Amino acid sequence: MYHSAVWEEPLLSELQDTTNEKYHTKVVLPKSLARNTPLNLPILDETIVMRHFMRLSQMNYGIESGIYPLGSCTMKYNPKICEEISRWEPFALLHPYQDETTIQGTLQILYELERMLCEITGMDQFTLQPAAGAQGEFTGLLITRAYHEHRKDFNRDEVILPDTAHGTNPASAAMAGYKVIEIPSTKEGTVDLEMLKKALSEKTACFMLTNPNTLGIFETDIREIARLVHEAGALLYYDGANMNAIMGKARPGDMGFDIVHINLHKTFSTPHGGGGPGAGPVGVKQKLERFLPVPRIVKKQHLYRFDYDYPDSIGKIKAAYGNTSVIIKAYIYVLLMGGNGLKETSEVAVLNANYMRKKLVDSTLYQLPYRELRKHEFVISCEQLLATKGIRALDVAKRLLDYGLHPPTVYFPLIVKEALMIEPTESESKKTLDGYIATLLKIAQEEPDLVKEAPHNTVVRRIDEIGAVKNPILTWKQADKL
Amino acid sequence: MQFIPNSPHKKAMLQDLTLHDINDLFSDIPKDLQIDNLNLPPGQNQQDVEEQMRLLAKKNTSFCEMPSFLGGGYQPHYIPAAVKSVISRSEFYTAYTPYQPETSQGFLQAIFEYQSMMAELTGMDISNASLYDGATALGEAALMSMRVTKKKTFVIPKNISWEKKSILQNYTKGAGITIKEIAYDKKTGTIDLAELKSTLDANTAGCYIENPNFFGVFENQVDEIQSLLQNNHSLFVVGVDPISLGICKSPGHYGADIVIGEGKNLGNPLDFGGSTLGIFTCKNEFLRQIPGRIIGMTKDQQGKRAFCMTMQTREQHIRREKATSNICTNEGLCMLATASYLSWLGGKGLQELSEKNFERAQHLEKQITKIPGYTKVFSGVHFNEFVIHLPHATKVHQHLLHHGMQGGLLLESWYPDLKDCMLFGVTELHSEENMTRLVSLLKEVT
Repeated sequence: MYHSAVWEEPLLSELQDTTNEKYHTKVVLPKSLARNTPLNLPILDETIVMRHFMRLSQMNYGIESGIYPLGSCTMKYNPKICEEISRWEPFALLHPYQDETTIQGTLQILYELERMLCEITGMDQFTLQPAAGAQGEFTGLLITRAYHEHRKDFNRDEVILPDTAHGTNPASAAMAGYKVIEIPSTKEGTVDLEMLKKALSEKTACFMLTNPNTLGIFETDIREIARLVHEAGALLYYDGANMNAIMGKARPGDMGFDIVHINLHKTFSTPHGGGGPGAGPVGVKQKLERFLPVPRIVKKQHLYRFDYDYPDSIGKIKAAYGNTSVIIKAYIYVLLMGGNGLKETSEVAVLNANYMRKKLVDSTLYQLPYRELRKHEFVISCEQLLATKGIRALDVAKRLLDYGLHPPTVYFPLIVKEALMIEPTESESKKTLDGYIATLLKIAQEEPDLVKEAPHNTVVRRIDEIGAVKNPILTWKQADKL
Repeated sequence: MQFIPNSPHKKAMLQDLTLHDINDLFSDIPKDLQIDNLNLPPGQNQQDVEEQMRLLAKKNTSFCEMPSFLGGGYQPHYIPAAVKSVISRSEFYTAYTPYQPETSQGFLQAIFEYQSMMAELTGMDISNASLYDGATALGEAALMSMRVTKKKTFVIPKNISWEKKSILQNYTKGAGITIKEIAYDKKTGTIDLAELKSTLDANTAGCYIENPNFFGVFENQVDEIQSLLQNNHSLFVVGVDPISLGICKSPGHYGADIVIGEGKNLGNPLDFGGSTLGIFTCKNEFLRQIPGRIIGMTKDQQGKRAFCMTMQTREQHIRREKATSNICTNEGLCMLATASYLSWLGGKGLQELSEKNFERAQHLEKQITKIPGYTKVFSGVHFNEFVIHLPHATKVHQHLLHHGMQGGLLLESWYPDLKDCMLFGVTELHSEENMTRLVSLLKEVT
């Protein structure tokens, strides 16, 4: 049976021999600033450093370790070629303020990727500046504010979103200064048009929606939703975290969305890096172009240039021009897949999800609230397992670890009890999917105690997270004091 | 199609679903919204794509082919192969945010070590697990100052980058924070203390200074600034170039409440200014107000040391609109590069690097100011960047470019007062030979 690597790897601070060296430098700085104590950073040979990080890496699960079906995270394979090329010196050793004539290659990539994203999403203009999905949302909301203020409409201080929304949506809206109005979903798990009508008013700045939503359900009423939102004078915002479901099949721009963000580190296969760097490009309809962050990248007489001449722009949102290495990887990915490949990507992502959904639900061990047909992800409930055997979604997740499998997202969206949110992506083979399904079914039939005490085969057992909050130890120094 | 293993098995899988056509899976999308295909070229094989990328790469001129003296917050530094090797481990770079701690202990421990080293470097108690970049860290610091003090004015000096100011405006307008700017002393390049004094009032949540500032000059009046702010019950926020901390006091040692900075310089390539790393450290008392992820050390149920994400009730996935920040994906891999870089370098190594940067910049500045017509603009002590007034800035820029060299940053478009001024940046990567060449090329334009 599977067992993860177990290294009793000390902290870097524990690896070094203590020294009593005094600080001395020949550099003369103003007295108020001159350092007079040594920096207490470990002094280690490269051999030790490499062994340390190699051992740590072996105690970490990545997409090449196995299936990683975190719902709404789109954990797909990251092609090696994208990684390698993005690190070539002509791309990696470029300064953001170099003369424009010496950066034409990268500017061309940025310019062309913007246009590719326009085609994929049905939007008119794109900015690649935001560093992640949440920053894309924030940028979109700043554009929303700029748009209404430009129209001398100063009373719109509310953002509406459904109760299935990602946590970043309300957090971004609040950061942009908006009051958040959450509306409950229908019994079908979709936007409740009546509730939306009631919530919309001359105070609404925008309605934020993910489509397909976080249950994996396509919002079939999207046309009507767009009509209602626009009639109220508000904008319609698309959270593109779930874009992997519909590439080449439908486009948010055609559905009536005014602003879109997409996650290059999800749909476009640039790695997650253990939590970044990501990229959250934002696309808008033409009427909103004037508000996009500067600089815009333009082409004038065969030369790609930066254009800062956008007086209504919101300004800057991120240093330089965004996470360029991520952007380059996404560009390579689009070249590799092409229009046909992106379409097949979404088709198979949806096929894989529905294949798993059917097998799991047919077993009757897990339940599927709401409608059957899902897009790239689906949410099943462990409610019955909890009632009959006392096994919770969290227990199932931890038990999956014992089989060397990464669990799905758990307890999200909040409207499903004991939720397992599964997104297999197009990267998994039928064999892998069958294996994952079989394991989930097996776990549901295992001895409850075995499951509730899982994981057993990982580097550590279940972790005392409450203790971590009660008694926060966040640095070596704090650990030393124990 | 490549990267889609089930490409050949679609039919069989559809049969299992009692469907005939892949389009049946999309029957919930209204017909008039469905499209047949994307108007993009068809996919290409890897070899062809690599060829295409080579052609694009040729249209760039990197630091290796063209010596460059640009700084302005982004500087080239040597990156050891060991660091590149660590971040190339796919267990690290293809992982998600460590939501499942039992299977992410490696990354979690690495983040814990990063937090420890950042706290040590900046002289603060605690660090988060990174923000997007130094500029957005300033935005978050202003918001946190407001949460901590319940006051709504934030003070910044004019000697920071335009980019940062713009980002700060965007981060704070929703919260209704007023940004007040104070002048810098035209002679020294450091902030005008008298103006700071007259600007502070009962509404001041905090004040930001940069050390070294955008002009490369060290702000030496830190003790006076600290006491002004403390007496006013306002937070003292300091931005650093972490490389300078090998010779410069950690801001915690002169009383900073929050320290931020661009961590990219520690082990991450220039990347055209992308893939940045926002450093954010602060005093322990602000723990519950800090933005972003934090990793804590704890135990598993058998008492074994373990790591996990902690204090999550501050965060968007739990707290939603009441979160301290909307940040979710941060800069994990850049943070890992920095953690491995600092462990490779060690405290002594960072000191030596810091000295080298300082000395080279002093040396180059002396050489340049020997040329008639080239003068140093600010008298304050500088780190590895400095501002020079030139005979004709754009002419100099073009002349250097013509000879395969990129000069410093032309400041006029950002600082109209600084017409014909160039900000030069020098690091350990600038050879004696290239500096000599720069000086002789400059001599040709007078």
